[in-house]
Amino acid sequence: MTEFLQQLINGLSLGSVYALIALGYTMVYGILRFINFAHSDVFMVGAFAGFYLSRYFPRESFGGGLAVMLLAMLLCAALGIVIERLAYRPLRKGSNLAVLITAIGVSMLLENTGQLIFGADYKAFPTLFPVRTIVMPGGLDLSSNQLLVFGVTAALLIGLQFIVLKTKIGTAMRAVSFNHQAASLVGINNDRIISFTFGLGSALAAAGGILYSMLYPSIDPYMGVLPGLKAFVAAVLGGIGNIPGAALGGLLLGLIETFVNGSRFSTYTDAIAFALLILILIFRPAGLLGKFQAEKV
Amino acid sequence: MLGWLILAAALAGCHKSDEPSGGGAEPIKIGEFASLTGKEATFGQMSHHGTELAVNELNKAGGVLGKQLQLLTEDDQSKQGEAKTIARKLISRDNIVALLGEVASGRSLEAAPVCQESKIPQISPSSTNPKVTQIGDYIFRICFTDPQQGAVLAQFAQNTLKVKRVAVLTDAANTYSVGLATYFREAFTKAGGTVVDEQKYSGGDKDFKAQLTTIKAASPEAIFIPGYYTDVGLIARQARELDIKVPLFGGDGWESQELCSIGGEAVEGTYFSTHFSPDEKSPAIQEFVKKFQDKYNVTPDAMAALGYDSAMLLVDAIKRAGTTAGPQVRDALAATRNFPGITGQITIDEHRDAKKPLVILQVSGGKFHLVEKISPE
Amino acid sequence: MHRVKTIFAGRPKTLLLAALAGTFVLWLCSSQINPYYLDVLTKIGINVTLAVSLNLINGYTGQFSLGHAGFMAVGAYTAAAITLFGGPKILPAESSHFFGVATGGLFFGALIVGGLAAALAGLLVGAPSLRLKGDYLAIVTLGFGEIIRVIFRNIDSLGGALGLNGIPPYTNIFWVFGVAVVCTYVVVTMVHSTYGRGFIAVRDDEVAAEAMGLNTTRYKIVAFVVGAFFAGMAGGLYGHYALSIDPKGFDFMRSIEIVVMVILGGMGNTGGVIAAAVLLTLLPEWLRRFDQYRMIFYSLLLIGLMLARPQGLFTWKRKPVLQA
Repeated sequence: MTEFLQQLINGLSLGSVYALIALGYTMVYGILRFINFAHSDVFMVGAFAGFYLSRYFPRESFGGGLAVMLLAMLLCAALGIVIERLAYRPLRKGSNLAVLITAIGVSMLLENTGQLIFGADYKAFPTLFPVRTIVMPGGLDLSSNQLLVFGVTAALLIGLQFIVLKTKIGTAMRAVSFNHQAASLVGINNDRIISFTFGLGSALAAAGGILYSMLYPSIDPYMGVLPGLKAFVAAVLGGIGNIPGAALGGLLLGLIETFVNGSRFSTYTDAIAFALLILILIFRPAGLLGKFQAEKV
Repeated sequence: MLGWLILAAALAGCHKSDEPSGGGAEPIKIGEFASLTGKEATFGQMSHHGTELAVNELNKAGGVLGKQLQLLTEDDQSKQGEAKTIARKLISRDNIVALLGEVASGRSLEAAPVCQESKIPQISPSSTNPKVTQIGDYIFRICFTDPQQGAVLAQFAQNTLKVKRVAVLTDAANTYSVGLATYFREAFTKAGGTVVDEQKYSGGDKDFKAQLTTIKAASPEAIFIPGYYTDVGLIARQARELDIKVPLFGGDGWESQELCSIGGEAVEGTYFSTHFSPDEKSPAIQEFVKKFQDKYNVTPDAMAALGYDSAMLLVDAIKRAGTTAGPQVRDALAATRNFPGITGQITIDEHRDAKKPLVILQVSGGKFHLVEKISPE
Repeated sequence: MHRVKTIFAGRPKTLLLAALAGTFVLWLCSSQINPYYLDVLTKIGINVTLAVSLNLINGYTGQFSLGHAGFMAVGAYTAAAITLFGGPKILPAESSHFFGVATGGLFFGALIVGGLAAALAGLLVGAPSLRLKGDYLAIVTLGFGEIIRVIFRNIDSLGGALGLNGIPPYTNIFWVFGVAVVCTYVVVTMVHSTYGRGFIAVRDDEVAAEAMGLNTTRYKIVAFVVGAFFAGMAGGLYGHYALSIDPKGFDFMRSIEIVVMVILGGMGNTGGVIAAAVLLTLLPEWLRRFDQYRMIFYSLLLIGLMLARPQGLFTWKRKPVLQA
């Protein structure tokens, strides 16, 4: 039982990180019907931003850690906006596939530039927040880092829902995701909303990057590839374009991965995760929370 | 149509090979491939520094056979699949007389068939998996092999760590790791020890808690981790987080300063075997350490020392052969007896391997300290 | 040029035979060519086969498949298993006169079986994916590709995570370009036939195609199966060229590389796709001179190319595609 609970905790903390990354994917997809391949690398940049920024702030302190995280999020928001402006906006009118290739190009560019600037070796991520191991009844070990990951993710999720549902700009985002043309007809500046969405998604990815690095403190320029893929799967699992869906998908995937890893089938973890995804999609083709869009002729 | 035009133009472009400048006779070209970038960048960079240092020294002393040496280095990015093309390019287009590389057994294995086929000698500085030199008679190594390393580590576990029950955590995606795990297990069980549990991971994984939890349940007295430093740091951390207090030890794949920066407190007190320690007091070693530090601002490790020795040995063989022709250099290499390397006396045996002593290092205060030196039987 | 076109116009079979003959001649001359260039040419041929076969699925039939490397893996492992394990039992002694012919026959057989195994995989992948559209389909195909890779990683008799070594070096220029030529021939003639118009119909407007009575399900499955078959053969060729294969080499990044070729070439434009495959194989080689900046230039070029010519490098006329 202890092991089950322990794995549950591990799974939820991993899943929280996936959820954060998945949110970025799903938001951009909702608005632009486009899979931002470079998102996983913004995650990586966030981690490295945290790594370098941490030198200017006190280690092992809440204030310092929070400051680093916020700054990294701002930095990556800016990065996301710049990428959108330079690489994606010119192609928005054209076919979806051209943007996809550009996104792949941007992803490779970030990875390789990162390798050039940061060096390809693994770097040790510093201890941002004070770490304590909380021993719970029954022999469970909860790391304060894990608690932090839940907490930050939950806070960001609530914040995001608030923005999307209760603010003017959130309403604008939803409008643009329903229908571009209609939105601009009612006076929404589509370009600005799209930039904002990218910025928001990238900020979340950066937060995810830092939280992930707190859990697994070894960072390298290619660290985003696998988590990015899994987060993307999570987003699709939950119904792509659906914000709560992305969160649900992320948590679910984190849990599945952790439990399978701890079982006899640990070498099949990725395959099992995908197989489950495929099964779910066969029975619910629009994902768990997605609405199946009947094709209008 | 367009496709063919592009093909033609591109091939024409490929024809421009960069000719080295420098007056006088054509230099002797030595090829080197290493993981200068990518996951195991420190392996490649250290190895390259060592090789480069040797080549510069040799050139200052007049080169060999009256000609200067030119080192052509290519980066395989720590990736599978690049080594073969690189070897082909260096041999067929750049006309190297011999190839130095690689640190990782998996990548040496990729290039070896190409060298063997082209009759170009290849010297691996530190690939320890036996399969490497089995590819053919043009493939050599100047380091010990994993059967030896496994046996020595088993001995170390029994005699120094004094443990009888060990768990093994192997990187199942790494030829070196799997090989070393097997040889350790064989030697350890033969000496009366028991391997209480064996778990696997895949190089690049970040989360090992599942495997470590199972290992913990088997109550080992020590854990053997025959992987690369890139993963060991994280493994050690997570082991300590799971309250696993027993000693951890591994092989020469641990050898990198990065082990300490990633592993931090968790790797303090752990042990690993390798080929060379800069702590050794012999004048030759201390002189090498000083030269290396002066040039590169960092203390050399085993990969650097072996990189240095591989270049030195190659040039010595060329000198003995009196020519750079493949078959003669190969024969000279095979005939090497007691070549004075920084990493020890190098004698090439009939398998084209070298029987060298191992050093056991312990991590202490973020640095590696020499614990003991063991020669394989 | 025009003369050549008229000779071959309307006589695809003649073109096919001429191309195969050309390949044979190239093979005969292959000992004269620098081994490094031969190496690159082999890679080009394999990539062309992969790109053209994927083009059938993605380009002509509009099914966004991101798992092509999985089919390649199936073909590679199957063919290698046959030559490695079956070879010693079937082949005559090396000194025998028949050795050369026997190995050729064995290799051909292995390639075909590899292709068939991959085709089977294509069937398994294609079938459940039929209900899904666009990005969901992409994810599912990606998922299948990963599942295939993980399965191979766990089959220890095929090397497991360490990969399969010591595959006999049967691949040569003749086989590589022979398969590429045949693949192109099959795909092009299929699509340009009356039956083949169905593929394009499915891509352009699936609902309308269904309404017109086309069995869109069948077209999609055929596309997957044929595409997978040739990807499998390409995989077999790759295995006997690289001499060692491991699951990491067939991951989704590999699939992405092929997808890039198809999109860059202009979806559905076979000539363009071939040119893109050639270009994208040569580019990294040519960029080797830039050492560590190599991949940065590669990615910049990719971005630049798409910004400059979003319709694909080699699409001269925009195919009218209805966009709501």
